[in-house]
Amino acid sequence: MEPRRVVITGLGAISAIGDNVAELTAALRRGACGIRPIQLVDRSKLRFSNGAEVAGYDPVRYFDPKEASLLDRFAQFAVIAAREAVAQAGLEAGSPLFRRAGIVTGSCVGGQTTEDEGFVDLYLRGRPRINPLIIPKTMANAGASRISLEYGIKGPVYTVSTACSSSSHAIGQAFWMVRSGIIDLAITGGSEAMFSMGILKAWEAMRVVSPDTCRPFSRDRNGLILGEAGAMMVLETLESARSRGAPILAEVLGFGMSSDAHHLTQPSVEGPALAMQAALGDAGLAPEAIGYVNAHGTGTVANDPTETAALYSVFGPRASKLPVSSTKSMHGHTLGAAGALEAVASIAAAREGFLPPTVNFTEPDPACDLDVVPNVSRPGNPEFLMSNSFAFGGLNAVLVFRVL
Amino acid sequence: MPEEVRDRVIRCIAEAQHLDPETVTIDSTFEELGIDSLDGINILFALETEFEIDIPDDAAQNIRTVREMVEGVERLLAEKVDSRPQEQA
Repeated sequence: MEPRRVVITGLGAISAIGDNVAELTAALRRGACGIRPIQLVDRSKLRFSNGAEVAGYDPVRYFDPKEASLLDRFAQFAVIAAREAVAQAGLEAGSPLFRRAGIVTGSCVGGQTTEDEGFVDLYLRGRPRINPLIIPKTMANAGASRISLEYGIKGPVYTVSTACSSSSHAIGQAFWMVRSGIIDLAITGGSEAMFSMGILKAWEAMRVVSPDTCRPFSRDRNGLILGEAGAMMVLETLESARSRGAPILAEVLGFGMSSDAHHLTQPSVEGPALAMQAALGDAGLAPEAIGYVNAHGTGTVANDPTETAALYSVFGPRASKLPVSSTKSMHGHTLGAAGALEAVASIAAAREGFLPPTVNFTEPDPACDLDVVPNVSRPGNPEFLMSNSFAFGGLNAVLVFRVL
Repeated sequence: MPEEVRDRVIRCIAEAQHLDPETVTIDSTFEELGIDSLDGINILFALETEFEIDIPDDAAQNIRTVREMVEGVERLLAEKVDSRPQEQA
């Protein structure tokens, strides 16, 4: 039997560069940078001062106050992105397709912002008790569970937490479940909201956050910029999408994963290359087919040349001509949401006929000899796209899409 | 260089690396001690706590030996003393 073809019929995203996919796409096209002085945390106590926050976010726009009080910001972003994707797919609560549907989300930090606030009460203010909602608000599956409640989805619902690869792993597993027939439809993606003092101080101690901005692949890059976001997609079979006349936005063609088995935090060349090759193999594509890569491209000193070397090992000398951009330069590193947000961004841009740029780019680095689409978006209609996510812990996840 | 700072830096390194302090000398390189980038930031954290100093990212980037680390800490301690009257003013 031919494997089932899996298509994307809905996309949703909220990030520093837009409250929805239309705004995100417009921002990517004009190369808008969402990196600004941090507002959610007292930045005078930090060695870095910029982040990519969802500016002017007001939960009451999306949730009634009781509902909002039950959800950490990261779970709210998951629900908001899922609602947009589900609406575009033409589905609603009680849709018959939801009987054999699942949800797989990714998050690295989960609701630790809520936990951080609770622990301040306990340890700093000396209070004898903390809010009982901390447990259900902190759990990494809070977003997935809320989406399940909202739409009445009773199939496999779970959350993957593999640091910065979380949502790429999530999408890959949802894709495989739909392709293999375990479920007929999936809502999948990821979300993250890490702007709390405890989490930011921990990132400060890691010494990988830029004191100014994110300049992936640029010679003067000096670190990543943290960003918050939610990004989701609806996956279903091609047959299902056709039969109900749903918008067919792209096809999920391949998913590959690997582990570096090298070091907790230092990147390797081999691990990412293995994941890219696995994704191409799963897609049944030769490397030459790929027309655009959304890089992991964190802008750290270590990641970018290592990823470049991995790209060369997979694509050969053609890597120097292949458009490879890092949209993290615009929406920041959204950790567990990164793979989903970057997949949504890549697909949305390609459908609008352009390649998103790597902004803040000042100077080429010979160790990153790539066409990074510097600073300005470029017209382009790539049919096959690759999206890379490489995590601390050495865990790599790569997705391949076909724009339809 | 003052004995005390050197010994405290060596103690911090030895504790962070789970090494016998006797095996860490002022002339040891990070490579000899098996200190990688993750170990490095962990040692910086230990030093910041031990000496109540803030070690900026750029000051820490190119340090490869125990001697460089001791000298860096001494510099930061001297700056801390220099800046004290200004803080009070």
